Amino acid sequence: MRKAVLTVLLTLMVVSLFSAVKIGVILPMTGGISAFGRMVWEGIQIAHEEKPSVFGENVELVLLDTRSEKTEAANAAARAIDKEKVLAIIGEVASAHSLAIAPLAEENKVPMVTPASTNPLVTQGRQFVSRVCFIDPFQGAAMAVFAYKNLGVKRVVVFTDVEQDYSVGLTNFFINKFTELGGQVKRVYFKSGDQDFSAQLSVAMAFNPDAIYITGYYPEIALIARQARQLGFTGYILAGDGADAPELIEIGGEAVEGLLFTTHYHPKAASNPVAQKFVETYRKKYGKDPAALNALGYDAYMVLLDAIERAGSFDTEKIAEEIRKTRNFEGATGIINIDENGNAIKSVVVNVVKNGTFDFEAVINPSDIQ
Amino acid sequence: MVFFLQNLFNGIMLGGLYALIAIGYTMVYGILRLINFAHGDVMMMGVYFAFYAATLLSLSPLLSAVVAILGAALLGFLIDRVAYKPLRNAPRISALITAIGVSFFLESLAVVIFGAIPKSFLNVFKDRTILNKVLIVAGARIPLLTFLVIFITAVILVVLFFIVYRTKIGMAMRAISMDIPTTSLMGVNVDAVIGFTFALGSALAAASGIMWAMRFPNVHPYMGFMPGLKAFIAAVFGGIGSIPGAVLGGVLLGLIEIFLAAYFPSVMGYRDAFAFIILIIILLVKPSGLLGKKIVEKV
Repeated sequence: MRKAVLTVLLTLMVVSLFSAVKIGVILPMTGGISAFGRMVWEGIQIAHEEKPSVFGENVELVLLDTRSEKTEAANAAARAIDKEKVLAIIGEVASAHSLAIAPLAEENKVPMVTPASTNPLVTQGRQFVSRVCFIDPFQGAAMAVFAYKNLGVKRVVVFTDVEQDYSVGLTNFFINKFTELGGQVKRVYFKSGDQDFSAQLSVAMAFNPDAIYITGYYPEIALIARQARQLGFTGYILAGDGADAPELIEIGGEAVEGLLFTTHYHPKAASNPVAQKFVETYRKKYGKDPAALNALGYDAYMVLLDAIERAGSFDTEKIAEEIRKTRNFEGATGIINIDENGNAIKSVVVNVVKNGTFDFEAVINPSDIQ
Repeated sequence: MVFFLQNLFNGIMLGGLYALIAIGYTMVYGILRLINFAHGDVMMMGVYFAFYAATLLSLSPLLSAVVAILGAALLGFLIDRVAYKPLRNAPRISALITAIGVSFFLESLAVVIFGAIPKSFLNVFKDRTILNKVLIVAGARIPLLTFLVIFITAVILVVLFFIVYRTKIGMAMRAISMDIPTTSLMGVNVDAVIGFTFALGSALAAASGIMWAMRFPNVHPYMGFMPGLKAFIAAVFGGIGSIPGAVLGGVLLGLIEIFLAAYFPSVMGYRDAFAFIILIIILLVKPSGLLGKKIVEKV
């Protein structure tokens, strides 16, 4: 009797292992940057509803929370790979967290697509890790060109989050380009989770800048902007794609009005049929316009499934290879080309906060920053 | 000069906030010899109470603050009854571990009830002039909030001293801090007094949390952790158990943090470390803190 039960259980387990394709979704659903996790998750769910199966097998999404922490990100990846036996991973948002996951994916030969980690190190020297977003050398240079040429900014104070690889990288690439153009730069530092920036701002104001460029994520950007305006700063406030969450405006209030940031997407810039359909579906489901992270989540899932289909099997090595052969893929964020290093080559969109919403300001193409 | 003055006021502002939170730590420690690690999380709950009182019940900011303070006081009382009272006669380490457990419990509870997404405390105020108002003193720009924090800290101190030194329950509190068994033999309801102390400390946490959220309007379930830890250091710095010590420790900690960050820009990203270095130095040099009395442990 016992043997029979055991056999049934075992068969069930084996069947359940093969009957569904598991994709691990590793995101910050709680903690400091949880808004990002939720946005990517919304995008992935829309993509999953649109394309729920591959080769007739149902795709099962296994969502794991990283609590916006590096160590939890590594734990989640280990759980996804060892316990859940996922075929592939979508995640994380923050570059520092993706850097904690990437070595595990690489070692275990699990293809990983990050929707929004822009630091170059995430994919560097790896076979299995790719992304559907541009990288920081381009984003930082684009902001440098935009600030210097379009805004006429000559003196900038750059705020670096010493805890985030994303911020450190973005700072360096911005400064390289900006000083090359002839601008002057002063650096100040903070740490994720800091709330008081008055010491940094007093140093920044002493430099008398035309603009401050904050390379962190939205909770800190919003608080820095508030405290900068209270200290009487009237120049431009600039940021990277870490600003792209509605919570920026919630927390920043009037202080973030006019804030400019480089990002991946604006619904107004969405031109191809896939992008338009995505905007429609998103509006119907959530009653508001999609943001960059929603669209990137959608694209990460779609690019991954497309690569699985082209690979023709569940062979992970082939899938990882096919991801990097993605060419002219029509995604919600536009046309996606992934190069042999796993990085997407795309244009940068500059958005501005206007009347409490994100408005489209400019597009900067790779050719503009030569 | 303006640079110095600006940072001086920034330091006092931050220090004042630390001091307000530190008072709650020190009071509970003074009476129970318990470091209530859940104090920062009670502060976080207080901020959420104020947030929902203003947004869901659409009360005025002042009324929301009153609701939050009363709510936090009740919460503090309940925490004592549920978590600490059963351990009154247990080794002190058990209560300490329980305090850490309560802290995690409150954080997780907040994630479940209020959600993990940060909320904006700005939504509490329809009229935000009080938040954005800035005074210019000798070229330095000082938020009106700085003076508000100093004023409220002063008022709280006066009320606190009145309660502790001029009322019957205050006398009972002081007696308990000397000797619990003897006090109970004198016919004092020890549990009621301890419950009152927790309620008072938690009310202070809510008051300081609201001030904190007015300055830093990013409300999320883990927001109490760092301020709580810093306030604990401030309380130890000033001499844990002493109310004036908590205020002095808080203000000094804020000033040291701001000035080190302002004058040594290369290390400003590691500000939190300064606080811990201060803690280590104080524990090495003068473990009883600046204003603390040397306690002789009875064997």
